[in-house]
Amino acid sequence: MSDNALPIHGWDKDPILTVEHLFMRFGGLVAVNDLSFRVGRGDITALIGPNGAGKTTVFNCITGFYKPSEGRLILGHGRAPTAEELDAVTLNGERGLSSSDAGVYLLERMPDYKVSGEAKVARTFQNIRLFSGMTVLENLMVAQHNALMTASGYSLKGLLGLPSWTTAQKDATERAKYWLDKVGLTERADDPAGDLPYGAQRRLEIARAMCSGPILLCLDEPAAGLNPRESLELNELLRAIRAEHGTSILLIEHDMSVVMEISDHVVVLDYGTKISDGTPEAVKHDPRVVAAYLGVDEDAVEAVEAVLDEATGAQS
Amino acid sequence: MDVFVQQLINGLTLGSIYGLIAIGYTMVFGIIGMVNFAHGDVFMVSSFIALICFLLVTTVMGITSIFLALAIVLVVAMFFTSLMNWAIERVAYRPLRGSFRLAPMISAIGMSIFLANFVQVSQGPRNKPVPPMVTDVIVIMEREGYQVTLAWKQIIIMVLTSVLLFGFWYLVQKTSLGRAQRAVEQDRKMAALLGINVDHTISLTFVIGAALAAVAGTMYLMYYGVANFADGFVPGVKAFTAAVLGGIGSLPGAVLGGLLIGLIEVFWSAYFSIEYKDVAAFSILAITLIFLPQGLLGRPEVEKV
Amino acid sequence: MAVDTAHPAGAVAGSGSPILPGALKDAFLTGLIALGLLGPLVGFETVVIDGALGLAYRPLVVAIMVGIIVAGRLILNLTVWSPNRPPKAQAGSSPVARGILAISPAFKPALLAFAVGFPFFATLMTGGLSESRYLIDLGILILTYVMLGWGLNIVVGLAGLLDLGYVAFYAVGAYTYALLATSAPVNDFFAAILGETFWANWAFWFCLPAAGAFAGLWGMILGFPVLRLRGDYLAIVTLAFGEIIRLVLINWVDFTGGGAGIASIPRATFFGIPFTAGEDGFAALFGLEFSPMHRLIFLYFVILALALITAFTTVRLRRLPVGRAWEALREDEIACRSLGLNTTNVKLSAFATGAMFGGFAGCFFAVRAGFVSPESFTFDISAMILAIVVLGGMGSQIGVAVAAAVMMGGMEMLRNLGFLKQIFGDGFDPSLYRMLLFGFAMVAIMIWKPRGLVSSRDPTIYLKEKKAVSGSLVKEGHG
Repeated sequence: MSDNALPIHGWDKDPILTVEHLFMRFGGLVAVNDLSFRVGRGDITALIGPNGAGKTTVFNCITGFYKPSEGRLILGHGRAPTAEELDAVTLNGERGLSSSDAGVYLLERMPDYKVSGEAKVARTFQNIRLFSGMTVLENLMVAQHNALMTASGYSLKGLLGLPSWTTAQKDATERAKYWLDKVGLTERADDPAGDLPYGAQRRLEIARAMCSGPILLCLDEPAAGLNPRESLELNELLRAIRAEHGTSILLIEHDMSVVMEISDHVVVLDYGTKISDGTPEAVKHDPRVVAAYLGVDEDAVEAVEAVLDEATGAQS
Repeated sequence: MDVFVQQLINGLTLGSIYGLIAIGYTMVFGIIGMVNFAHGDVFMVSSFIALICFLLVTTVMGITSIFLALAIVLVVAMFFTSLMNWAIERVAYRPLRGSFRLAPMISAIGMSIFLANFVQVSQGPRNKPVPPMVTDVIVIMEREGYQVTLAWKQIIIMVLTSVLLFGFWYLVQKTSLGRAQRAVEQDRKMAALLGINVDHTISLTFVIGAALAAVAGTMYLMYYGVANFADGFVPGVKAFTAAVLGGIGSLPGAVLGGLLIGLIEVFWSAYFSIEYKDVAAFSILAITLIFLPQGLLGRPEVEKV
Repeated sequence: MAVDTAHPAGAVAGSGSPILPGALKDAFLTGLIALGLLGPLVGFETVVIDGALGLAYRPLVVAIMVGIIVAGRLILNLTVWSPNRPPKAQAGSSPVARGILAISPAFKPALLAFAVGFPFFATLMTGGLSESRYLIDLGILILTYVMLGWGLNIVVGLAGLLDLGYVAFYAVGAYTYALLATSAPVNDFFAAILGETFWANWAFWFCLPAAGAFAGLWGMILGFPVLRLRGDYLAIVTLAFGEIIRLVLINWVDFTGGGAGIASIPRATFFGIPFTAGEDGFAALFGLEFSPMHRLIFLYFVILALALITAFTTVRLRRLPVGRAWEALREDEIACRSLGLNTTNVKLSAFATGAMFGGFAGCFFAVRAGFVSPESFTFDISAMILAIVVLGGMGSQIGVAVAAAVMMGGMEMLRNLGFLKQIFGDGFDPSLYRMLLFGFAMVAIMIWKPRGLVSSRDPTIYLKEKKAVSGSLVKEGHG
């Protein structure tokens, strides 16, 4: 409807992730129904929708935890893949191809650990999943497992304590320190992750995901349970991640202040179907979105628009 | 064909016994999510209680009617075994509820070792043979000198199993105890908030499981005519296999699994090799858990991310 | 079993009120229950008289046992469990754990020094080489279980995978050595090129790595099908595998010798020099007077070295990515996968590493005993090793070592309680009660300290300060 009239967006020109006709069925239940959208390279994209809309299911499909019933999930490293490259990968049944300047991965063909390890898509979880009995620093070291595993010569060099391993370990520690500093947890580096307050655990989970060196970071409700000050800090952190590391971000969020404040692009889901897709401004005024959130009552639509305006107004 | 029918009868009999033990596993797993490792030994102890009671009834009290004697033995064995399992739950498992997850299982392993050795110490390590009871058989078929027989004791076992299964199925489906049980199974905290006495419900589950194990123990004693302190572990594992095969948490599943395991064991012994019959049982256990963890009548589980 | 370990039943009214009637009633009820539990099995003994089964009666024993329980319960109700007693303040960690932690810098070297010097202390204490035989044997037994405990600790303590079939790898190691060392073709092969006695003298040193590697391989083979399983299911399947291996060892008579086992396995040599009284024996070559104890003391040092290698390797591995991945797997498998860890490989590496150490220990067992049979690889052994790991505190090396010494030492002490015969009569055999008490101890340990002696976790890397992680935060894994 309204987005047909809009100019071509950045996410259409250079998508880092293209979701095409994604279906996810659990028995008779269709959790995601023919969903297509694009995530722009270098953008912060928000995936929103009422409870039970299927947002987390989409995340689980993208990150390989669920195998989609149907659909194609294209991740482009470097630049968006051309149609020929895409066809080649799709037809030859490979998981992905990489050339000197670009790589293309079909995420629906990859198991979860390869989506993270090879395709470089990192994620966080709605209910924080830290290694709570390990220290903050150890959490960040585990995130660099694959690189360190190679450096330790699959434990052989490491057992012997060869210098190449020691150097690699030192580099990994430096990287961990960098991210600890970024999320303000340097002081707590040697404390068990499970001892941190809630907000710090959220930040640590993001830092841990970043330590795995992703090009796309998927955050499942990063602001849930944060107080307003922590929410603001989160916005800063996400902006810094994009600005300084060029990492694209896809996030699920209920906190409209966060969504409207930082995202470049918003995709709205209801009952597993996309009902709106566009800039925050465009989505905010889309009557279907308002209806999805509060039912189709006209007064309610106005009310929610007012709330949304207020939320964005307060932040900007 | 003759051999086949005979083995079918034998397998169903053995399977009924496994099914009765399996119900104890499946109910306890359903309600507190733990594999009650000691259940096989509870079964073994019950067969000793039945043995002692049988000797008392026949030799001391001089009751000659075998059916009356069996009925008394059954009731006494059920009572004492239930009391024992109640005490075991109270002492070895309840203090560990809510503790770290491996604790109850390890405690149950300890209890299993304790029970087996308790019987070994108190009753001696040797086989205890009883004179054959209920020796009458019905000849079903006879061909070229090979008789296919259905023994009265086999009939007793199968009929008793069916009656008990129906009774307990009714108990779990239709009574308030069953409702409480299923509620505790779903969400223990919520059940407690709604006024269900969780401790009481769990205790009762153990008591029911033990009572059925005691029936199995008595039947086992009557069928095989022997009791031994080491006869808890392997039947226990087989019954657990039955519970898993049928779908853990499901009562009809436990009996179906028991019958299948009994049939497989008997046919395997008859047609392949009797030495490897336990290997077959253990292999089925491993294969089921790996490839069909929800069992035949269980519900599949979806991994939550 | 004793009901008196349960919580005080029938709580008595608030403080200050008379507690005696309540306590008496409670003790009486306990007595009734105890009578119900002990009556049938202790009160009657089934005995075979003239070929038929009859009953013997032991009312006195039941009366004594029930009496002890009632009295114990009554005393506890009036003292420790009395509602009038002020509740004890909950200490953060137990005195044992704090004690071990507090002295741990000195404790480890001291323990090591004691282990190294043990044969000398034993000789000094008992007054001669041959007299120390019993102690050295006990030392070897304890160290074997320390090593097995450390090996299983990798799987259960670090990776959080509950393995109830660990004894299978112990068996694989033992049978690898037994079969290779007694194999005629292998012997002939070496006899043709390296001399008649070569294989008999060197078999152990060649087979040791082979046994470890082979057990590790079996760890992977058995680990592979159970990758998707978690929790109790994993435990049960590993138990089934352990039993299958034992049953195959019993029934495959042509290959394994069946239930009779394999005897006259070549003994260990001092790197090729046999411990014999002959001219080219160890004693003659080193100018010592021959003593069969030389071999035993040598074996003691072999198992000590093997155990130390296990400990050292584990400590190193924990600080490597693979070790951190094991612990991360125990903490949260899904998070592991989200970070690119191939959890299949992580699990298999844990299974294989743990199994490998089990294989080394098995090889050592075979060379020490000179005889293997399926009898030595029952589920009880798996349970015992698991109990050691759990009592020690999952993941803690020092805890496991202490637990192994306490458990094996304790079980062994039961053999020596001969004086009890004077109390209970000649028919009393204390060693019969070993497994009974072991089972009881397993339950008691779980209730007393479900997280073991040392429940805190040592971080593997730190920036400023190494702080132990409290046990309450450490997860126990999905399997």
